[in-house]
Amino acid sequence: MLPVLTRNSITNVCKGLRRFSSALPKSDTEVSKLKTEKLKREILEFRHAYPEFLPDPKIEFRNKIREKLERNDMVARRTQVDIPEFYVGSILAVTSSDRHSGGKSNRFVGICIYRGGCGLRAEFILRNVIDHQGIEVLYQMYDPSLQKVEVLRLEKRLDDKLYYLRDALPEYSTFDPNMEAELMPEGAPVPVNPIKVKLKPRPWLERWERQNLQGVQDLELPEKFYIKAAQVATPWEKYDLMKEYMRTIPVEEQTEIFSEVQSKLQSLEIDRKKLKRKRVIVKPTKLA
Amino acid sequence: MLSSCLMKQTCSSIIFRNFHISYQCLEIQKLTRLRVVDNSEIGKQAMAEGRPPRCIHVYNKTGVGRIGDKVLVAIKGEKKKAILVGLKQNQKPNVPKFDSNNIVLIEDDGSPLGTRIHVPIPTILRTILKEKTQTKGADYTKLLSIASRFV
Repeated sequence: MLPVLTRNSITNVCKGLRRFSSALPKSDTEVSKLKTEKLKREILEFRHAYPEFLPDPKIEFRNKIREKLERNDMVARRTQVDIPEFYVGSILAVTSSDRHSGGKSNRFVGICIYRGGCGLRAEFILRNVIDHQGIEVLYQMYDPSLQKVEVLRLEKRLDDKLYYLRDALPEYSTFDPNMEAELMPEGAPVPVNPIKVKLKPRPWLERWERQNLQGVQDLELPEKFYIKAAQVATPWEKYDLMKEYMRTIPVEEQTEIFSEVQSKLQSLEIDRKKLKRKRVIVKPTKLA
Repeated sequence: MLSSCLMKQTCSSIIFRNFHISYQCLEIQKLTRLRVVDNSEIGKQAMAEGRPPRCIHVYNKTGVGRIGDKVLVAIKGEKKKAILVGLKQNQKPNVPKFDSNNIVLIEDDGSPLGTRIHVPIPTILRTILKEKTQTKGADYTKLLSIASRFV
């Protein structure tokens, strides 16, 4: 409802500007109002790309002063290392300095199966199958030993966590370590990969039939498993207002948090886009 | 009708009580099955037969095997020593976690039985095994030279 209204009001304002130049002061305030609204919406979009800037979903772990200090540190770290936008299901390549390896740095390519943690403790898990051996590495996002984070394929999956890839056939988590980054058109929405994964037969690490997974093919279990899953399901929890209140951060607080760091994050994004354009220009000369 | 429905529900809630079960630790202790990842003859045979070796002792003070620890395994009716080179258990940041519990069989003096390891090896083993190697003692670093790939 809201976007329709605003679009109408924009056209009205334009018409007003064209017809009566004397009615400027009134429309000026409207324009500024619209601008602030647009800015607010842009700021709210940050919650998808930068979820770790929001306070902990566990209410007892929140501490406003510490969070503010941590946010400053996070922005400072982001000026040193480019941490691009990514989601669970994206394919990343992480280069970290490693005092144990001969070359002193280590590159690992894999699909992001988990992203979580708040503030400086934000972390993600990459998974890949190398030499028919499934391997997972947990990285801390603001670890000073991280040298480079590249997004090779930016996409989302149907689920928030892809732990079920551990019990899936290995081809679903096999990615070439020499993969090239796929270029995306600027401003395009992040694509959702609707792939349905086939799991190995039981035994599994977790009871996947109870987790309402979208990205999994039919589990082919006997009927009793689904009966039990229905018995232990808690479908009323999504209506529990108190739980939702505890788990989420209200819009007002989110805008407050992100407006603090917005200018710095945006300037970082602009820098990244400039670098990307440079790369795009360099590429054809390499090929030719 | 309603009462019978209610009865059913209450009965089912009594019969199917849900116990909280924590996630398994996937620790390596005595009688844990392990996977041999080198190309030693005995290891290959044991894995091909479908009778993977069992840990029968962990050479540390806790009794729980961590990465780089030495274990004693029962393999094809023999006792062999082995090094843990990859664990299913959750690891610290930047240390890889594997889908299976991998071992490399070694002699008493630390030299490996096989000549090649066919899965990746965590780089942190370089440091761990160097620390465990003492002059005049067993030399575990020979294991690193037969690894095909590090992660």
